[in-house]
Amino acid sequence: MAILSTNPNSFSQLAVLPPDWPGNFWLHWVVFTVIILAFVLNTALIFIWLERRALGRFQVRLGPNRVGPFGLLQPIADVLKLLTKEDMIPAKGDKLVFWLAPLVAFVPVLMIFAVIPFQSGALLADLNIGILYVVAISSVAAVGVFMAGWASNNKYSLIGAMRDVAMLISYEIPIVLSIVGVVLITGSLSLTEIVGAQRDIPFILLQPLGFLIFFIGSLAESNRTPFDLVEADSELVAGYHIEYSGMKFATLFLAEYAEVIAMSALMTTLFLGGWQGPLLPPIIWFLIKVFAVFLFIVWIRSTIPRMRIDQVMAFAWKFLLPLALINLLITSLQVVFWPEASPWLIVFLNLVAMVVLVLSWSRFFRLGGERIEV
Amino acid sequence: MALEIAFWVLAIVAIAAALAVVTLRNVFRAALSLILCFLAVAGIFIILSADFLAAVQILIYVGAISVLIILAIMLTREVERGSLSNKLVVPVLISAVLFFGTVTFAMLKTSWSLVSLPPAEATTVALASKLFGEDGFILTVEIAAILLLATIIGAITIVREK
Repeated sequence: MAILSTNPNSFSQLAVLPPDWPGNFWLHWVVFTVIILAFVLNTALIFIWLERRALGRFQVRLGPNRVGPFGLLQPIADVLKLLTKEDMIPAKGDKLVFWLAPLVAFVPVLMIFAVIPFQSGALLADLNIGILYVVAISSVAAVGVFMAGWASNNKYSLIGAMRDVAMLISYEIPIVLSIVGVVLITGSLSLTEIVGAQRDIPFILLQPLGFLIFFIGSLAESNRTPFDLVEADSELVAGYHIEYSGMKFATLFLAEYAEVIAMSALMTTLFLGGWQGPLLPPIIWFLIKVFAVFLFIVWIRSTIPRMRIDQVMAFAWKFLLPLALINLLITSLQVVFWPEASPWLIVFLNLVAMVVLVLSWSRFFRLGGERIEV
Repeated sequence: MALEIAFWVLAIVAIAAALAVVTLRNVFRAALSLILCFLAVAGIFIILSADFLAAVQILIYVGAISVLIILAIMLTREVERGSLSNKLVVPVLISAVLFFGTVTFAMLKTSWSLVSLPPAEATTVALASKLFGEDGFILTVEIAAILLLATIIGAITIVREK
Protein backbone atom coordinates (compact mmCIF):
# COMPACT_ATOMS: atom_id res chain seq x y z
CA MET A 1 0.00 0.00 0.00
CA ALA A 2 1.72 3.11 -1.22
CA ILE A 3 -0.16 5.40 1.11
CA LEU A 4 1.30 3.75 4.18
CA SER A 5 4.84 3.38 2.91
CA THR A 6 7.50 5.98 3.55
CA ASN A 7 10.26 7.45 1.48
CA PRO A 8 13.39 6.83 3.59
CA ASN A 9 15.69 9.19 1.68
CA SER A 10 13.79 12.46 1.92
CA PHE A 11 14.34 13.01 5.64
CA SER A 12 17.09 10.52 6.49
CA GLN A 13 19.02 13.18 8.38
CA LEU A 14 15.99 13.69 10.64
CA ALA A 15 14.81 10.16 11.18
CA VAL A 16 15.71 8.61 14.52
CA LEU A 17 13.17 5.81 14.53
CA PRO A 18 12.95 3.56 11.45
CA PRO A 19 9.59 3.79 9.63
CA ASP A 20 8.43 0.35 10.75
CA TRP A 21 9.71 0.52 14.35
CA PRO A 22 9.69 -1.81 16.32
CA GLY A 23 9.90 -4.57 13.75
CA ASN A 24 7.29 -5.24 11.11
CA PHE A 25 4.24 -3.47 9.71
CA TRP A 26 1.60 -5.01 11.98
CA LEU A 27 3.65 -4.61 15.16
CA HIS A 28 4.21 -0.96 14.26
CA TRP A 29 0.50 -0.51 13.67
CA VAL A 30 -0.51 -2.12 16.99
CA VAL A 31 2.10 -0.28 19.06
CA PHE A 32 1.28 3.14 17.64
CA THR A 33 -2.48 2.63 17.83
CA VAL A 34 -2.12 1.85 21.52
CA ILE A 35 0.19 4.85 22.01
CA ILE A 36 -2.25 7.20 20.25
CA LEU A 37 -5.26 5.89 22.19
CA ALA A 38 -3.40 6.22 25.50
CA PHE A 39 -2.15 9.68 24.55
CA VAL A 40 -5.59 10.95 23.58
CA LEU A 41 -7.43 9.49 26.59
CA ASN A 42 -4.85 10.63 29.15
CA THR A 43 -4.35 14.06 27.63
CA ALA A 44 -8.12 14.56 27.53
CA LEU A 45 -8.33 13.80 31.28
CA ILE A 46 -5.43 16.15 32.03
CA PHE A 47 -6.91 18.86 29.77
CA ILE A 48 -10.27 18.66 31.52
CA TRP A 49 -8.60 19.07 34.91
CA LEU A 50 -6.30 21.81 33.60
CA GLU A 51 -9.15 23.71 31.98
CA ARG A 52 -11.33 23.64 35.10
CA ARG A 53 -8.46 24.67 37.38
CA ALA A 54 -7.26 27.40 35.02
CA LEU A 55 -10.79 28.73 34.52
CA GLY A 56 -11.10 28.82 38.31
CA ARG A 57 -7.97 30.95 38.57
CA PHE A 58 -9.11 33.25 35.75
CA GLN A 59 -12.49 33.75 37.41
CA VAL A 60 -10.98 34.25 40.91
CA ARG A 61 -12.35 31.06 42.41
CA LEU A 62 -10.76 27.75 43.40
CA GLY A 63 -11.92 25.20 40.85
CA PRO A 64 -12.14 21.49 41.69
CA ASN A 65 -9.66 20.78 44.52
CA ARG A 66 -11.29 18.12 46.71
CA VAL A 67 -10.59 14.77 45.00
CA GLY A 68 -6.93 13.85 45.34
CA PRO A 69 -4.00 16.30 45.54
CA PHE A 70 -4.94 19.62 43.80
CA GLY A 71 -8.13 17.89 42.63
CA LEU A 72 -6.09 15.79 40.20
CA LEU A 73 -8.44 12.81 40.51
CA GLN A 74 -11.53 14.90 39.72
CA PRO A 75 -11.68 13.87 36.00
CA ILE A 76 -11.44 10.20 36.98
CA ALA A 77 -14.29 10.65 39.45
CA ASP A 78 -16.28 12.39 36.70
CA VAL A 79 -15.66 9.54 34.27
CA LEU A 80 -16.75 6.95 36.86
CA LYS A 81 -19.90 8.99 37.53
CA LEU A 82 -20.66 9.20 33.80
CA LEU A 83 -20.17 5.46 33.24
CA THR A 84 -22.58 4.53 36.02
CA LYS A 85 -25.36 6.84 34.78
CA GLU A 86 -28.47 5.46 33.17
CA ASP A 87 -28.21 5.22 29.40
CA MET A 88 -31.33 6.85 27.96
CA ILE A 89 -32.53 6.88 24.35
CA PRO A 90 -35.31 9.26 23.26
CA ALA A 91 -38.48 7.31 22.43
CA LYS A 92 -39.15 9.09 19.15
CA GLY A 93 -35.51 9.36 18.10
CA ASP A 94 -33.76 7.38 15.40
CA LYS A 95 -32.20 4.69 17.60
CA LEU A 96 -29.59 3.30 15.18
CA VAL A 97 -28.31 6.76 14.22
CA PHE A 98 -28.44 7.84 17.86
CA TRP A 99 -26.26 4.88 18.78
CA LEU A 100 -23.80 5.39 15.91
CA ALA A 101 -23.36 9.18 16.25
CA PRO A 102 -20.77 9.24 19.11
CA LEU A 103 -18.62 6.74 17.22
CA VAL A 104 -18.80 8.70 13.96
CA ALA A 105 -17.88 11.84 15.87
CA PHE A 106 -14.93 10.29 17.73
CA VAL A 107 -13.21 7.96 15.23
CA PRO A 108 -12.22 10.61 12.59
CA VAL A 109 -10.73 12.84 15.29
CA LEU A 110 -8.71 9.89 16.56
CA MET A 111 -7.54 9.18 13.02
CA ILE A 112 -5.97 12.67 12.78
CA PHE A 113 -3.27 11.56 15.23
CA ALA A 114 -2.09 8.88 12.81
CA VAL A 115 -0.01 11.43 10.89
CA ILE A 116 1.15 13.76 13.71
CA PRO A 117 4.86 13.21 14.51
CA PHE A 118 5.43 12.97 18.28
CA GLN A 119 9.16 13.04 17.66
CA SER A 120 11.43 12.40 14.73
CA GLY A 121 9.96 9.44 12.86
CA ALA A 122 7.61 8.51 15.74
CA LEU A 123 4.24 8.45 14.01
CA LEU A 124 1.78 5.82 12.84
CA ALA A 125 1.96 6.61 9.11
CA ASP A 126 4.11 9.21 7.39
CA LEU A 127 1.73 9.87 4.51
CA ASN A 128 3.06 12.03 1.71
CA ILE A 129 -0.35 13.75 1.62
CA GLY A 130 -0.25 14.22 5.43
CA ILE A 131 -1.91 17.61 5.91
CA LEU A 132 -4.47 16.99 3.15
CA TYR A 133 -5.40 13.76 4.95
CA VAL A 134 -5.92 15.73 8.18
CA VAL A 135 -8.15 18.30 6.47
CA ALA A 136 -10.18 15.58 4.78
CA ILE A 137 -10.65 13.32 7.79
CA SER A 138 -11.50 16.12 10.22
CA SER A 139 -14.40 17.19 8.01
CA VAL A 140 -16.04 13.79 8.58
CA ALA A 141 -16.48 14.50 12.31
CA ALA A 142 -19.21 17.04 11.51
CA VAL A 143 -21.33 14.18 10.16
CA GLY A 144 -21.24 12.60 13.65
CA VAL A 145 -22.38 15.82 15.27
CA PHE A 146 -25.18 16.16 12.74
CA MET A 147 -26.26 12.54 13.32
CA ALA A 148 -26.37 13.18 17.07
CA GLY A 149 -28.41 16.33 16.61
CA TRP A 150 -30.92 14.81 14.25
CA ALA A 151 -31.37 11.42 15.93
CA SER A 152 -32.16 13.05 19.27
CA ASN A 153 -35.49 14.33 17.90
CA ASN A 154 -35.04 17.56 19.84
CA LYS A 155 -35.24 21.04 18.39
CA TYR A 156 -32.38 22.41 20.47
CA SER A 157 -30.02 19.63 19.48
CA LEU A 158 -31.00 20.02 15.81
CA ILE A 159 -30.34 23.78 15.93
CA GLY A 160 -26.96 23.09 17.54
CA ALA A 161 -26.08 20.56 14.86
CA MET A 162 -27.14 22.93 12.05
CA ARG A 163 -24.93 25.63 13.52
CA ASP A 164 -22.02 23.22 13.72
CA VAL A 165 -22.30 22.30 10.05
CA ALA A 166 -22.70 25.93 8.95
CA MET A 167 -19.61 26.92 10.96
CA LEU A 168 -17.60 23.95 9.70
CA ILE A 169 -18.28 24.73 6.05
CA SER A 170 -17.46 28.43 6.53
CA TYR A 171 -14.29 28.12 8.60
CA GLU A 172 -12.82 25.22 6.63
CA ILE A 173 -11.97 27.58 3.74
CA PRO A 174 -9.78 30.09 5.67
CA ILE A 175 -8.13 27.19 7.55
CA VAL A 176 -7.18 25.38 4.35
CA LEU A 177 -5.96 28.62 2.73
CA SER A 178 -3.73 29.34 5.73
CA ILE A 179 -2.34 25.78 5.58
CA VAL A 180 -1.54 26.30 1.89
CA GLY A 181 0.85 29.11 2.90
CA VAL A 182 2.83 26.64 5.06
CA VAL A 183 2.76 24.04 2.29
CA LEU A 184 4.04 26.62 -0.24
CA ILE A 185 7.10 27.39 1.89
CA THR A 186 7.81 23.74 2.71
CA GLY A 187 7.09 22.36 -0.75
CA SER A 188 5.58 19.20 0.72
CA LEU A 189 2.30 18.01 2.24
CA SER A 190 4.04 15.57 4.60
CA LEU A 191 3.91 16.66 8.25
CA THR A 192 7.38 15.20 8.89
CA GLU A 193 8.86 17.44 6.23
CA ILE A 194 6.87 20.45 7.44
CA VAL A 195 8.45 19.97 10.89
CA GLY A 196 11.87 19.46 9.25
CA ALA A 197 11.53 22.74 7.34
CA GLN A 198 11.13 24.64 10.63
CA ARG A 199 14.56 23.76 12.02
CA ASP A 200 15.76 27.39 11.96
CA ILE A 201 12.60 29.49 12.13
CA PRO A 202 9.18 28.22 13.22
CA PHE A 203 6.43 29.09 10.76
CA ILE A 204 4.61 31.22 13.34
CA LEU A 205 7.21 33.91 12.52
CA LEU A 206 7.26 33.31 8.76
CA GLN A 207 3.46 33.04 8.54
CA PRO A 208 2.08 35.20 11.40
CA LEU A 209 -1.15 36.02 9.58
CA GLY A 210 -1.56 32.38 8.55
CA PHE A 211 -1.15 31.31 12.18
CA LEU A 212 -3.72 33.84 13.34
CA ILE A 213 -6.26 32.63 10.76
CA PHE A 214 -5.55 28.97 11.49
CA PHE A 215 -5.86 29.57 15.24
CA ILE A 216 -9.21 31.38 14.99
CA GLY A 217 -10.47 28.83 12.48
CA SER A 218 -9.57 25.87 14.66
CA LEU A 219 -11.26 27.52 17.63
CA ALA A 220 -14.41 27.58 15.49
CA GLU A 221 -13.95 24.04 14.18
CA SER A 222 -13.50 22.58 17.65
CA ASN A 223 -16.42 24.69 18.98
CA ARG A 224 -14.50 26.54 21.65
CA THR A 225 -15.53 29.89 23.10
CA PRO A 226 -16.05 32.46 21.49
CA PHE A 227 -17.44 30.12 18.82
CA ASP A 228 -19.24 27.61 21.09
CA LEU A 229 -22.64 28.38 19.55
CA VAL A 230 -23.14 24.68 18.99
CA GLU A 231 -23.80 24.15 22.67
CA ALA A 232 -24.51 27.73 23.73
CA ASP A 233 -25.88 26.91 27.19
CA SER A 234 -27.99 30.02 27.56
CA GLU A 235 -29.99 29.53 24.35
CA LEU A 236 -29.72 25.83 23.39
CA VAL A 237 -29.39 24.27 26.89
CA ALA A 238 -26.60 21.94 25.74
CA GLY A 239 -26.76 21.77 21.96
CA TYR A 240 -26.42 18.58 20.01
CA HIS A 241 -25.72 16.29 23.00
CA ILE A 242 -28.71 17.40 25.04
CA GLU A 243 -30.37 13.95 24.94
CA TYR A 244 -27.22 11.96 25.54
CA SER A 245 -26.29 10.42 28.86
CA GLY A 246 -23.89 7.87 30.29
CA MET A 247 -21.27 6.30 28.09
CA LYS A 248 -22.55 7.89 24.87
CA PHE A 249 -22.31 11.37 26.36
CA ALA A 250 -18.82 10.53 27.60
CA THR A 251 -17.80 9.56 24.06
CA LEU A 252 -19.17 12.80 22.59
CA PHE A 253 -17.42 14.80 25.31
CA LEU A 254 -14.21 12.87 24.63
CA ALA A 255 -14.55 13.56 20.90
CA GLU A 256 -14.77 17.27 21.65
CA TYR A 257 -11.63 17.25 23.79
CA ALA A 258 -9.82 14.99 21.33
CA GLU A 259 -10.54 17.60 18.66
CA VAL A 260 -9.00 20.31 20.84
CA ILE A 261 -5.95 18.10 21.43
CA ALA A 262 -5.72 17.44 17.69
CA MET A 263 -5.93 21.15 16.89
CA SER A 264 -3.26 21.97 19.51
CA ALA A 265 -1.01 19.23 18.13
CA LEU A 266 -1.60 20.47 14.57
CA MET A 267 -0.74 24.06 15.50
CA THR A 268 2.39 22.73 17.22
CA THR A 269 3.35 20.77 14.13
CA LEU A 270 2.47 23.34 11.48
CA PHE A 271 3.54 26.59 13.09
CA LEU A 272 5.53 26.04 16.30
CA GLY A 273 8.27 23.75 15.03
CA GLY A 274 6.78 20.44 16.17
CA TRP A 275 8.98 18.33 18.41
CA GLN A 276 12.10 20.46 17.81
CA GLY A 277 13.73 22.39 20.63
CA PRO A 278 16.99 22.68 22.53
CA LEU A 279 18.18 20.59 25.51
CA LEU A 280 14.99 18.67 26.39
CA PRO A 281 14.02 15.44 24.57
CA PRO A 282 11.72 15.94 21.53
CA ILE A 283 8.63 14.33 23.05
CA ILE A 284 8.82 16.72 26.03
CA TRP A 285 9.04 19.71 23.68
CA PHE A 286 6.03 18.41 21.77
CA LEU A 287 3.99 18.09 24.97
CA ILE A 288 5.11 21.52 26.24
CA LYS A 289 3.98 23.18 23.02
CA VAL A 290 0.64 21.31 22.93
CA PHE A 291 -0.11 22.30 26.53
CA ALA A 292 0.94 25.90 25.90
CA VAL A 293 -1.45 26.16 22.95
CA PHE A 294 -4.23 24.60 25.02
CA LEU A 295 -3.69 27.02 27.92
CA PHE A 296 -3.88 29.87 25.41
CA ILE A 297 -7.23 28.48 24.19
CA VAL A 298 -8.49 28.34 27.81
CA TRP A 299 -7.27 31.91 28.35
CA ILE A 300 -9.31 33.04 25.34
CA ARG A 301 -12.33 31.11 26.65
CA SER A 302 -12.21 32.98 29.94
CA THR A 303 -11.68 36.36 28.25
CA ILE A 304 -13.90 36.72 25.19
CA PRO A 305 -17.71 36.38 25.31
CA ARG A 306 -19.65 34.20 22.86
CA MET A 307 -20.48 35.66 19.44
CA ARG A 308 -23.89 35.59 17.75
CA ILE A 309 -24.37 33.19 14.84
CA ASP A 310 -24.62 36.00 12.24
CA GLN A 311 -21.43 37.56 13.64
CA VAL A 312 -19.65 34.21 13.44
CA MET A 313 -20.68 33.73 9.81
CA ALA A 314 -19.82 37.30 8.80
CA PHE A 315 -16.47 37.03 10.55
CA ALA A 316 -15.57 33.92 8.54
CA TRP A 317 -16.62 35.24 5.13
CA LYS A 318 -15.85 38.96 5.39
CA PHE A 319 -12.79 38.98 7.62
CA LEU A 320 -10.92 35.68 7.64
CA LEU A 321 -11.45 34.65 4.00
CA PRO A 322 -10.13 37.87 2.35
CA LEU A 323 -7.18 38.02 4.74
CA ALA A 324 -6.38 34.36 4.05
CA LEU A 325 -6.44 35.04 0.31
CA ILE A 326 -4.15 38.09 0.69
CA ASN A 327 -1.81 36.05 2.91
CA LEU A 328 -1.69 33.35 0.25
CA LEU A 329 -0.90 35.96 -2.43
CA ILE A 330 1.91 37.51 -0.36
CA THR A 331 3.40 34.11 0.45
CA SER A 332 3.34 32.86 -3.13
CA LEU A 333 4.92 36.13 -4.37
CA GLN A 334 7.70 35.69 -1.84
CA VAL A 335 8.21 32.03 -2.72
CA VAL A 336 8.23 32.62 -6.49
CA PHE A 337 10.07 35.94 -6.89
CA TRP A 338 12.20 36.15 -3.77
CA PRO A 339 13.29 32.63 -2.84
CA GLU A 340 16.82 33.53 -1.68
CA ALA A 341 15.89 36.52 0.49
CA SER A 342 17.00 36.48 4.11
CA PRO A 343 14.32 34.73 6.19
CA TRP A 344 14.48 37.42 8.90
CA LEU A 345 13.63 40.07 6.33
CA ILE A 346 10.62 37.98 5.28
CA VAL A 347 9.66 37.58 8.94
CA PHE A 348 9.77 41.36 9.41
CA LEU A 349 7.80 42.02 6.21
CA ASN A 350 5.11 39.47 7.07
CA LEU A 351 4.72 40.79 10.63
CA VAL A 352 4.26 44.32 9.30
CA ALA A 353 1.84 43.05 6.65
CA MET A 354 -0.18 41.22 9.33
CA VAL A 355 -0.49 44.26 11.61
CA VAL A 356 -1.39 46.60 8.73
CA LEU A 357 -3.90 44.17 7.21
CA VAL A 358 -5.67 43.27 10.45
CA LEU A 359 -5.93 46.90 11.57
CA SER A 360 -7.07 48.28 8.21
CA TRP A 361 -9.51 45.42 7.55
CA SER A 362 -11.18 45.91 10.91
CA ARG A 363 -11.78 49.58 9.90
CA PHE A 364 -14.37 48.73 7.28
CA PHE A 365 -15.65 45.53 8.84
CA ARG A 366 -19.10 46.15 10.29
CA LEU A 367 -21.42 43.82 12.17
CA GLY A 368 -25.07 44.61 12.75
CA GLY A 369 -24.61 48.30 11.95
CA GLU A 370 -21.85 48.76 14.49
CA ARG A 371 -18.19 49.20 13.79
CA ILE A 372 -15.88 46.68 15.43
CA GLU A 373 -12.65 48.16 16.77
CA VAL A 374 -9.55 46.06 17.25
CA MET B 1 -3.81 -11.27 -0.78
CA ALA B 2 -4.54 -8.71 1.92
CA LEU B 3 -5.23 -6.17 -0.81
CA GLU B 4 -7.72 -8.56 -2.45
CA ILE B 5 -9.58 -9.06 0.82
CA ALA B 6 -9.63 -5.29 1.35
CA PHE B 7 -10.93 -4.75 -2.19
CA TRP B 8 -13.78 -7.23 -1.79
CA VAL B 9 -14.80 -5.84 1.60
CA LEU B 10 -14.80 -2.27 0.24
CA ALA B 11 -16.59 -3.25 -2.96
CA ILE B 12 -19.36 -5.08 -1.10
CA VAL B 13 -19.76 -2.20 1.36
CA ALA B 14 -19.89 0.33 -1.49
CA ILE B 15 -22.54 -1.59 -3.44
CA ALA B 16 -24.61 -2.39 -0.36
CA ALA B 17 -24.51 1.26 0.69
CA ALA B 18 -25.46 2.39 -2.81
CA LEU B 19 -28.43 0.02 -2.81
CA ALA B 20 -29.43 1.31 0.62
CA VAL B 21 -29.42 4.88 -0.74
CA VAL B 22 -32.15 4.07 -3.27
CA THR B 23 -34.17 1.58 -1.22
CA LEU B 24 -34.35 3.26 2.21
CA ARG B 25 -37.57 5.20 2.86
CA ASN B 26 -35.89 7.40 5.47
CA VAL B 27 -34.18 10.15 3.48
CA PHE B 28 -31.76 11.02 6.28
CA ARG B 29 -30.54 7.43 6.55
CA ALA B 30 -30.26 7.31 2.76
CA ALA B 31 -27.92 10.33 2.91
CA LEU B 32 -25.85 8.59 5.59
CA SER B 33 -25.60 5.48 3.37
CA LEU B 34 -24.40 7.76 0.57
CA ILE B 35 -21.59 8.93 2.88
CA LEU B 36 -20.66 5.29 3.60
CA CYS B 37 -20.62 4.60 -0.15
CA PHE B 38 -18.29 7.59 -0.76
CA LEU B 39 -15.97 6.39 2.01
CA ALA B 40 -15.79 2.89 0.53
CA VAL B 41 -14.95 4.36 -2.88
CA ALA B 42 -12.18 6.40 -1.23
CA GLY B 43 -10.88 3.13 0.25
CA ILE B 44 -10.78 1.60 -3.23
CA PHE B 45 -8.76 4.63 -4.43
CA ILE B 46 -6.27 3.96 -1.61
CA ILE B 47 -5.91 0.33 -2.72
CA LEU B 48 -5.09 1.64 -6.21
CA SER B 49 -2.31 3.84 -4.69
CA ALA B 50 -4.22 6.99 -5.62
CA ASP B 51 -3.77 8.55 -2.18
CA PHE B 52 -4.32 12.17 -3.28
CA LEU B 53 -7.54 11.22 -5.06
CA ALA B 54 -8.75 9.35 -1.95
CA ALA B 55 -8.17 12.38 0.31
CA VAL B 56 -9.91 14.69 -2.16
CA GLN B 57 -12.80 12.21 -2.45
CA ILE B 58 -13.32 12.31 1.32
CA LEU B 59 -12.81 16.08 1.54
CA ILE B 60 -15.21 17.03 -1.26
CA TYR B 61 -17.79 14.25 -1.33
CA VAL B 62 -18.04 13.40 2.38
CA GLY B 63 -16.99 16.72 3.92
CA ALA B 64 -18.77 19.12 1.59
CA ILE B 65 -21.33 17.58 -0.76
CA SER B 66 -22.90 15.08 1.66
CA VAL B 67 -23.08 17.68 4.40
CA LEU B 68 -24.83 20.07 2.00
CA ILE B 69 -27.21 17.26 0.99
CA ILE B 70 -28.04 16.68 4.66
CA LEU B 71 -28.58 20.41 5.19
CA ALA B 72 -30.96 20.42 2.21
CA ILE B 73 -32.82 17.39 3.61
CA MET B 74 -33.34 19.32 6.85
CA LEU B 75 -35.31 21.90 4.84
CA THR B 76 -37.73 19.31 3.45
CA ARG B 77 -40.77 17.71 5.06
CA GLU B 78 -41.47 13.97 5.47
CA VAL B 79 -37.83 13.11 6.16
CA GLU B 80 -38.70 9.73 7.69
CA ARG B 81 -41.22 8.48 5.12
CA GLY B 82 -39.72 9.80 1.94
CA SER B 83 -41.66 11.41 -0.88
CA LEU B 84 -45.30 10.34 -0.70
CA SER B 85 -46.59 11.86 -3.92
CA ASN B 86 -44.05 10.58 -6.42
CA LYS B 87 -45.47 9.44 -9.78
CA LEU B 88 -42.20 9.32 -11.67
CA VAL B 89 -41.33 5.66 -10.96
CA VAL B 90 -41.68 4.44 -14.55
CA PRO B 91 -39.68 7.22 -16.30
CA VAL B 92 -36.94 6.99 -13.68
CA LEU B 93 -36.81 3.21 -14.06
CA ILE B 94 -36.48 3.48 -17.85
CA SER B 95 -33.74 6.12 -17.75
CA ALA B 96 -31.87 4.26 -15.00
CA VAL B 97 -31.90 1.01 -16.98
CA LEU B 98 -30.76 2.89 -20.10
CA PHE B 99 -27.95 4.59 -18.21
CA PHE B 100 -26.84 1.32 -16.57
CA GLY B 101 -26.85 -0.43 -19.95
CA THR B 102 -24.81 2.31 -21.63
CA VAL B 103 -22.18 2.40 -18.88
CA THR B 104 -21.87 -1.39 -18.74
CA PHE B 105 -21.61 -1.59 -22.54
CA ALA B 106 -18.90 1.10 -22.60
CA MET B 107 -16.95 -0.61 -19.80
CA LEU B 108 -17.06 -4.02 -21.48
CA LYS B 109 -16.15 -2.67 -24.95
CA THR B 110 -13.20 -0.55 -23.78
CA SER B 111 -9.82 -2.29 -24.04
CA TRP B 112 -8.27 -1.40 -20.67
CA SER B 113 -4.51 -1.11 -20.89
CA LEU B 114 -2.91 -2.80 -17.90
CA VAL B 115 0.41 -1.47 -16.57
CA SER B 116 2.57 -3.84 -14.58
CA LEU B 117 4.81 -1.03 -13.27
CA PRO B 118 4.42 -0.06 -9.61
CA PRO B 119 2.60 3.27 -9.29
CA ALA B 120 4.49 6.50 -8.71
CA GLU B 121 5.37 7.06 -5.05
CA ALA B 122 4.04 10.61 -4.68
CA THR B 123 1.01 11.11 -6.89
CA THR B 124 0.55 14.74 -5.82
CA VAL B 125 3.50 16.10 -7.83
CA ALA B 126 2.59 14.06 -10.91
CA LEU B 127 -1.03 15.23 -10.72
CA ALA B 128 -0.04 18.87 -10.26
CA SER B 129 2.32 18.91 -13.23
CA LYS B 130 -0.33 17.15 -15.35
CA LEU B 131 -2.97 19.70 -14.35
CA PHE B 132 -1.00 22.95 -14.25
CA GLY B 133 2.26 22.20 -16.09
CA GLU B 134 3.14 22.73 -19.73
CA ASP B 135 1.03 20.78 -22.25
CA GLY B 136 -1.18 19.75 -19.33
CA PHE B 137 -4.89 20.28 -18.78
CA ILE B 138 -4.67 23.91 -17.66
CA LEU B 139 -7.38 24.98 -20.10
CA THR B 140 -9.81 22.42 -18.67
CA VAL B 141 -9.02 23.58 -15.14
CA GLU B 142 -9.65 27.20 -16.09
CA ILE B 143 -12.93 26.33 -17.81
CA ALA B 144 -14.07 24.43 -14.70
CA ALA B 145 -13.13 27.41 -12.52
CA ILE B 146 -15.10 29.84 -14.69
CA LEU B 147 -18.06 27.44 -14.68
CA LEU B 148 -18.01 27.32 -10.87
CA LEU B 149 -17.72 31.10 -10.65
CA ALA B 150 -20.71 31.51 -12.98
CA THR B 151 -22.71 29.10 -10.79
CA ILE B 152 -21.84 31.03 -7.64
CA ILE B 153 -22.82 34.35 -9.23
CA GLY B 154 -26.07 32.77 -10.46
CA ALA B 155 -26.89 31.49 -6.98
CA ILE B 156 -26.18 34.89 -5.44
CA THR B 157 -28.37 36.59 -8.05
CA ILE B 158 -31.27 34.26 -7.26
CA VAL B 159 -31.18 34.68 -3.46
CA ARG B 160 -30.24 38.37 -3.37
CA GLU B 161 -32.68 40.64 -1.59
CA LYS B 162 -34.21 43.26 -3.82
